Amino acid sequence: MESVELISPPLFSRIMDRLAHQLLEHHDLDNTDLIGLQPRGVFVADRLRARLSVLLGGKELRLGAIDPTFHRDDFRRKEHPILPKSTDMDFLVEDRNVILIDDVLFTGRTIRAGLDALLTHGRPRKVELLVLVDRRFRRELPIEPQYVGRSIDSLGAEHVRVEWGEQAGTDRVVLLNEKPQ
Amino acid sequence: MSELSVNHLTGIRGLNRDDLELVFKTAQEFKEVLNRPIRKVPSLRDLTIANLFFENSTRTRLSFELAEKRLSADVVNFSAGTSSVKKGETLVDTVNNILAMKVDMVVMRHPHPGAAVFLASKVKTQVVNAGDGTHEHPTQALLDAFSLRERLGHDLEGKNIAVVGDIRHSRVALSNILCLQMLGAQVRVCGPATLIPKHIAGLGVEVSHDLQRTIDWCDAANMLRIQLERQGGKDAIPYFPSLREYAAGFGLRKEMLSHRDKPITLLHPGPINRGVEISSDLADSSDAVILDQVENGVAIRMAVLYLLAAKR
Repeated sequence: MESVELISPPLFSRIMDRLAHQLLEHHDLDNTDLIGLQPRGVFVADRLRARLSVLLGGKELRLGAIDPTFHRDDFRRKEHPILPKSTDMDFLVEDRNVILIDDVLFTGRTIRAGLDALLTHGRPRKVELLVLVDRRFRRELPIEPQYVGRSIDSLGAEHVRVEWGEQAGTDRVVLLNEKPQ
Repeated sequence: MSELSVNHLTGIRGLNRDDLELVFKTAQEFKEVLNRPIRKVPSLRDLTIANLFFENSTRTRLSFELAEKRLSADVVNFSAGTSSVKKGETLVDTVNNILAMKVDMVVMRHPHPGAAVFLASKVKTQVVNAGDGTHEHPTQALLDAFSLRERLGHDLEGKNIAVVGDIRHSRVALSNILCLQMLGAQVRVCGPATLIPKHIAGLGVEVSHDLQRTIDWCDAANMLRIQLERQGGKDAIPYFPSLREYAAGFGLRKEMLSHRDKPITLLHPGPINRGVEISSDLADSSDAVILDQVENGVAIRMAVLYLLAAKR
């Protein structure tokens, strides 16, 4: 399997800094919650919160994790059942601004399911989407992100893998020429 | 392990350890769903499930129905009292007629042991056993084990669990024994000799007729209900002389726990005969997880239906 590095570890860090600043630019952050989509959007959300905390002088934003599995439209259409990850939401999003966060935006179906799952935790005032990698021109639903780490053009058969320090040693993004087994 | 090894849930027998872990893990996530402001997910919105209850039940049926509705499935209910079963229709005919109306899954309770296995072999649909006579009641065993893990920790390996009461007539007992043993627990059954089947030691359980010693030994006790409806006809020889005598010998009372130095977890599959199997103060105490069992029952049944639907 061939792979190309899309985002190197130093660039990864700079992109995270930029995204944090962009959020600051558009939000007062008093009424804003970060919600990461399981399994990997939670990593992005975690890093953003840490950076925002530094920029805001120690103030911590509320962070939730939502698992969209039960709301997916491809349950029983896949070869293997889709197994749930944990949802970790100890607050309601009623009347809050929500930044929904995922690592890779591809067809948009996960985000669609994530929006449905989010709405079972209250009615937010506004929801915006932040993704680390936007595989543009591959959308199957009318969903567009407001904040993008990097946009890439890719073939449907290719696979974007985001590697996280917790699991792989460094934060970086690679493009694989096929989906790993 | 990402899917169940079975297409039907007819009993704990037939499942393996990985299946149990998968059900528990999935149920944990559904338990979270049940605590959201909107307690409903659309996973099974394209399925219709028939609840066929050839024997009376309140909570199991309610629990299954809630689980189905929380998963957005369409539900039809059927109870034998009001049906053609009384007109002599066979089980397979009844079910095939219902399936002809495009029902995708069947949840069945039946008074005859083995009815679920029989049905699963005869009809082209998935069958979930909600209790077949004195044989098995798998979802009850799963929710009991799930509730025990919440109290005693994830690993039941080496834990001592007692199953007390009417073992002979209890489908909960058999499913519980099989399930707990698979999870590595030591199981002891306790009850009057007339209510313990002769060869039960063959399942690898210990047998005791002394409640106090059993309670001293165990980390958790499942106090089964005395099944008054299965004590034989009016003229049959009773299994015990009177309820009062049963309660004196095998009813759990507070003073029996007074000299314990470790906590105990008390389960009861319901409905409770207060003052018979368990005294009222114990049933309402913090040692009892009876209402947790009911709450977990919905999550466990959601998990079972979800994982079976994934195999369609």
